[in-house]
Amino acid sequence: MSERLSVRKTYKLYIGGAFPRSESGRSYAVTGAKGEFLANASKASRKDLRDAVTAARKAFPGWSSATAYNRGQILYRIAEMLEGRRAQFVSEVAEADGVSGKKAGELVDAAVDRLVWYAGWSDKITSLRGSANPVAGPYFNLSTPEPTGVVGIVAPPMGPLFGLVSVIAPVIVTGNTCVVIASERAPLPSITLAEVLATSDLPGGVVNILTGSAAEMAPWMAGHMDVNGLDLTGADAELAQKCEELAAENLKRVLRPGGKTDWAADPGTARMTAFLETKTVWHPIGI
Amino acid sequence: MIFEYAPAPESRDVVDIRPSYGLFINGEFVDGSGTPFKTINPASEETLAEVATATEADVDRAVQAARKAFGVWSALPGSERAKYLFRIARIIQERARELAVLESIDNGKPIRESRDVDLPLVAAHFFYYAGWADKLQYAGYGTTPLGVAGQVIPWNFPLLMLAWKIAPALACGNTVVLKPAETTPLTALLFAEICQQADLPPGVVNIVTGAGETGAAVVGHPDVDKVAFTGSTEVGRLIAKSVAGTTKKVTLELGGKAANIVFDDAALDQAVEGIVTGIFFNQGHVCCAGSRLLVQESIAEELMASLKRRLSTLRLGDPLDKNTDIGAINSAAQLAKIRELSDSGEGEGAERWSPACALPDKGFWFPPTVFTGVSQSHRIAREEIFGPVLSVLTFRTPAEAVEKANNTPYGLSAGVWTEKASRMLWMASRLRAGVVWSNTFNKFDPTSPFGGFKESGYGREGGRHGLEAYLKEIS
Repeated sequence: MSERLSVRKTYKLYIGGAFPRSESGRSYAVTGAKGEFLANASKASRKDLRDAVTAARKAFPGWSSATAYNRGQILYRIAEMLEGRRAQFVSEVAEADGVSGKKAGELVDAAVDRLVWYAGWSDKITSLRGSANPVAGPYFNLSTPEPTGVVGIVAPPMGPLFGLVSVIAPVIVTGNTCVVIASERAPLPSITLAEVLATSDLPGGVVNILTGSAAEMAPWMAGHMDVNGLDLTGADAELAQKCEELAAENLKRVLRPGGKTDWAADPGTARMTAFLETKTVWHPIGI
Repeated sequence: MIFEYAPAPESRDVVDIRPSYGLFINGEFVDGSGTPFKTINPASEETLAEVATATEADVDRAVQAARKAFGVWSALPGSERAKYLFRIARIIQERARELAVLESIDNGKPIRESRDVDLPLVAAHFFYYAGWADKLQYAGYGTTPLGVAGQVIPWNFPLLMLAWKIAPALACGNTVVLKPAETTPLTALLFAEICQQADLPPGVVNIVTGAGETGAAVVGHPDVDKVAFTGSTEVGRLIAKSVAGTTKKVTLELGGKAANIVFDDAALDQAVEGIVTGIFFNQGHVCCAGSRLLVQESIAEELMASLKRRLSTLRLGDPLDKNTDIGAINSAAQLAKIRELSDSGEGEGAERWSPACALPDKGFWFPPTVFTGVSQSHRIAREEIFGPVLSVLTFRTPAEAVEKANNTPYGLSAGVWTEKASRMLWMASRLRAGVVWSNTFNKFDPTSPFGGFKESGYGREGGRHGLEAYLKEIS
């Protein structure tokens, strides 16, 4: 009796909570660490990117005004869903990075733990970054951090799951929404992560994931006038400079590459604070 | 019965303006290599002094002096840096009248404002950041200074913007090269003398004067670690672009088109005062000015009548007169810009109104001006005018007010007038702006972070938050 033929997964994009193919109809072959064919991934187009920004913008008012407790619960739920699919991610990470099952397992565990870590930040970062300001007059004066808006992320080429989670979580936990350009080399775990996000009560559009060419898409994202922030962690020096120049047009907040990319180290708060604005509210005190 | 006011001019004798000024580099006044320029009194067009222009080579000398001083300054215990800053704060208080008069002469702003707003805030800012210098380890941004800060400031609050830039930079252990605006260099140069009086180590503060080219040389210098700029969004964009690919840390405080929103339950007389403060303070030369009045339709008529009555009592004229409310427009170029935009308002169909207001023969003047019937697409509702011009729009529901207020690429400030606290907080949470003044407007304090969302720039000045711009990120 012959072995059963497996049913393969079609890897598509993740935009606005749905899984469309690229409107361009383009795809590219993704290979494993040893050069073996793994799957055809969608190669997102400029139109896909614009659709993703539209979805992220549409999701922003709801997500940014959700309570911090609610956002924390949802990030924790993502960790739960990721943990539940551990075996699937271990095999995908092992294939993508050519690492042992044991090493891949550690990376998946670390990704889960990272999500749990950020989940807890949702209702604490405001206390750390905000302040009551003792102005010299009869005024109540309070500063609080608020999310920047729609953030474009060029995900790190290495660390297709742990690195990816480490750049998405700090951006969304504070109320931003995002468009992510996944690792071009190893995009498959990002789409499987999208399946996790889609089943974690995360509103559609909060995270949008595109696979394809970073060199092609990142400048479109950097020049998009409805994107407010840009995380260039995954861009090389040349691409990063080009994107930063384009980002100047509407004064996007830019997180340059070269920051800490040892994903195992304590991430600190810098990835969250890069995409926070401080709002200060004054009111007179009187009777 | 109308009582005329007798003139009540502040004496100019308190300040001694030299015929010419050099650059302040390494603790000394030196000649500049560029062609000197004249700074004038915008209220009379009289030439006040000739000021040196710093070329790229001069800026390089200033940066080198700052680099050399950085070693010394950053190695000082924070408590010693604090004492220098406290000293500077005290000297500013001692010489406050002199500085206020000079500011009004060079800038055109009423002495009532330079004396009662600018100068007290300048001294307070140094006093505030002096106290941080030996407490950085508690602030949460690390304790490592960046190095040499290149700072470029505007002409609307010359000395106050200098204070906002220099005080936190020095407190954190950086040294600075600062370029004041071309039309208002004099108080910065007097500040250089104050640094000498305070025995500040040479090179810690360097002041280079000149126009845009000098500023570009400061920002573009490869040995500058930090760029801080306050000014137009247009120039801010160029700066953001120019630092791409470098490791320079940048903060930008740029333009605004703030909505000042008045609900039907607001205390109307207070709101009227707030509207006046919002747009006519400092002739409207304020990046966070409440230049778009959004008034709830049901009270629009009553509010406008009251506002016009109040505007008819504003006194425009000699900036040094203690009774003056509206001073001179800072420059001929700015006046031309205000006129052009105001004309576009009429051209696009808005209704223009100004109180009866005699303008002096000499100098640059623009009467307080209100446009009604303004739609969101009008240029006067979208572009920063930076003058005493108010655009009035109406709304019906809170949601519409939020929609209209946020319908701008800027996001520096906003105002909300309502007696209902829950509505005020609801509005404040939805307005995409860095400062929200509720039932007040244009209030500033060194402890209160200031800065914008969106195209109004990034980074904060003031408060604990203001330290972040001058310290190495802790990772």
